Amino acid sequence: MKDLKQFLEGNQEEEDRACFDVADPPCKRFRHGHTEEGADDLNQNGVLSQIPLANDGNADVENSDVENSAVEVCNVCLGILQEFCEIDFVKKMCEKVNSSDFQFTSFVFSVSLPPQLSVREHAAWLLVKQEMGKLDLSLAKDDIVQLKEAYKWIIHPQLSEELGVPTDGKSLFEVSVVFAHPETDEECRFLATVCPDCFKPAKNKQSVFTRMAVIKALEKIKEEDFLKHFPCPPSSPKNLCVALEIQCNNGAVFVAGRYNKYSRNLPQTPWIIDGERKLESSVEELISEHLMAEFKADSFNFSSSGREDVDVRTLGNGRPFAIELVNPHRIHFTAEEMKGFQQTINNSSDKIQVRDLQLVTREAIGRMKEGEEEKTKTYSALIWTDKTIQKEHIAFLDDIKELKLDQKTPLRVLHRRPLALRCRIIHTMKSQYIDEHHFRLHLKTQAGTYIKEFVHGDFGRTKPNIGSLLNRTTDILELDVESVDIDWPPALEN
Amino acid sequence: MAAAEALGAARYFTRWYKADVKGRPCEDFCVLQHSNRICVITLAEAHPLLQPGKTITSINYQISPNCSRLQNKVSGKSKRGAQFLTELAPLCRIASSDGEEYTIYSFIRGRLIEVNENILSNPALLQEKPSTEGYIAVVLPKFEESKSVTQGLLTPEEYKEVLLKRQNSSSGS
Repeated sequence: MKDLKQFLEGNQEEEDRACFDVADPPCKRFRHGHTEEGADDLNQNGVLSQIPLANDGNADVENSDVENSAVEVCNVCLGILQEFCEIDFVKKMCEKVNSSDFQFTSFVFSVSLPPQLSVREHAAWLLVKQEMGKLDLSLAKDDIVQLKEAYKWIIHPQLSEELGVPTDGKSLFEVSVVFAHPETDEECRFLATVCPDCFKPAKNKQSVFTRMAVIKALEKIKEEDFLKHFPCPPSSPKNLCVALEIQCNNGAVFVAGRYNKYSRNLPQTPWIIDGERKLESSVEELISEHLMAEFKADSFNFSSSGREDVDVRTLGNGRPFAIELVNPHRIHFTAEEMKGFQQTINNSSDKIQVRDLQLVTREAIGRMKEGEEEKTKTYSALIWTDKTIQKEHIAFLDDIKELKLDQKTPLRVLHRRPLALRCRIIHTMKSQYIDEHHFRLHLKTQAGTYIKEFVHGDFGRTKPNIGSLLNRTTDILELDVESVDIDWPPALEN
Repeated sequence: MAAAEALGAARYFTRWYKADVKGRPCEDFCVLQHSNRICVITLAEAHPLLQPGKTITSINYQISPNCSRLQNKVSGKSKRGAQFLTELAPLCRIASSDGEEYTIYSFIRGRLIEVNENILSNPALLQEKPSTEGYIAVVLPKFEESKSVTQGLLTPEEYKEVLLKRQNSSSGS
C-alpha cells in the first residue's frame, strides 16, 4: 500500500493517470500493490495497512496451504497476477500447446476468469475511488485497467516467446485458460437479491451467475447497496485460483469442390437405423475421410448445393460441396498437395469422383447455398408408360416452355417435412423415344423441383405431371442429374 | 389388381385391406402404407361405389356439425393441429344416384394430414383411379405405432381369399 500512497501523493496535479491507455504491460509495482491490500484497518492517512493473514503459522500440511503460507493470496486478483504470471505457468501452458500437436503461425490467447473476480475488482475500485475522492481526484471505472487486460499484457510476451510465434487478434489458433476459485463461488449471490432481473435462470447453464450477468448487475448496483453486502476491502482467501483447463483449438478450415456420383446405391449421409447401417458408406464419408486424416481434424460438417437421392447419379460437372474441418491440427497445404488429395480420393472409390478441390473461406460457403435456391438444374429421366406410346405422343413435350407446377410435399418425405404447396417451373424439356413403353426425358428445371413426382404425379399431388400430360400411368425408372448450373467453386485446371 | 398399380406413384407402398366394414357387404378398403409409415386411404376395387353403373352425386367431408375434414390444418414437421383419427373415425360420406350413402372410415389411427380435394371437384376421379389420384385421405400414424396400425388389416393374399370366398358363396347359392 505504500506504493499506492506514493502514487496518489506524487500525482495530485494530474487528474488522469495515463496507465489505462498504455499498450505495454503495467509496471510491476501494481502487482505488489495488490498483494499488500487485505486490511480492515485504515490508518490516519486513509492508506490501508496490512494485517497478517489468518493462516500464518498454521501447521496444516495440506498442499494448498503449504503453498499459500509462502505467498499471501491477493484478495483482489485471487492469484491471477501472482502465480499465474510466473514463467512456470507459462511453461505449463506451452507444454499443453506443444503436446497437442497443432500447426500454427500465430495465436490468440483467451482467459476466462471466475465471476467473483469482477465483484472483487468492483470493490477495489470503490475503495480507491473513495481514497482519491478525499484528495479531490475522480476515478471512473473506465480509468482502471481491467484485471483480464493486465493479465493478458503480462502473459502475451512470455507466451509468444515460449511458443516462438506472435500474438494476433485475428489468429485462428486459440490458446485458452479457464480459471476457477471454488472457495469464493458463493460471493456473487448477494447480487441476485439486489438486482434480481439480471439473473434469469437459463435452461442449459448450470449456474445463473454467469460472468455477463454479474457484470450487468455490477453496472446497475448502487454504491451504497454494494458496500452494504460486500466487504470492502474484500476478504482474504486461503487458496489461489486453479487453472481448470488449458485448451487449444484451431479455427475451422473449409475445403470445397464438386463431386460426381456414379452409384445408384449410395446415400449422401450415412444411413443408420437403430444403430444398424443400412447401406454401405456415403458421399460425405467417401470425400471427407481422407481429408480428415490429412488435416487431422476432430470432426467435419459436409454440405452441398442441394443433394440427390440414393438411387440418382450426378453426372456432368458435378455438384458443388464444401466441408468444414473442425479443429484441424494441420492447416498448411499447397495447391499441389490439394491436387494430391483429390487424386487420392478419386483413386479410393469408383462410386464418387471429385474435382476442383480447394481451400476456401467461410464466406464462400454462402455462394454455394445461394445455388441451392436460385440456380437451375438439368436432369435426364428414364420413363415408363402403362399404355403404349408412339413418337408423336411425346413430341409435344419438347415445345412446352416454362411449365408451372404445383407440387405438394411428396408423400415419400411427408413424414419429416411440413405439408406445403410449392410452385416450380420446368423451363424446357427434350424427349427421346425408346420404345412403346419407354422414353427418355431431358429437363431443365428450377431449383427445388421434385422430378420423380413430376413424372409419376404422386397420387395427383403434383399437377401437372407427365402422367396427366400424356394421359397415361407413368413411372420413373432412372434419374440422373446432368448438371448443377452454378459456377462455384472456381474451376481449377485439373 | 392390375400390375400397373404396382408401378408409378404407388410403387413403394405396401397394401393392407379391410373387408365388409361394419358388416356392410363388399364395403372394402385398401390402405397403402409407405416405408416411411405414411398411410393413404383408398377404396378397394370391390367397393360398391366402384362398380359399373354407380354415379356419385355428392362427397361430403362434413362428418358432423362441428367437424369438417376440410378444415383440417397442419403445421410444421410434426403436423401440429391435425385432427386425430381413431380406427372408426369417419372421413367422408358419399352419396350415389340410387339413393345409397356410404361412409368412409379411417382404419388407421393417427393424424389426418390431408383429404383429397380433387375428388370434390371431380368425383369421377374416385371411380376411375381409386388407388392413386382418387385416394380419400393421407394419415400419419404415431412413430411408435407405425407397425401396429396395420395389425388388424388383411394382407393382399388374405384379401384374395376373402374375395374368392365371396365368389364361391355367391355362385354356390
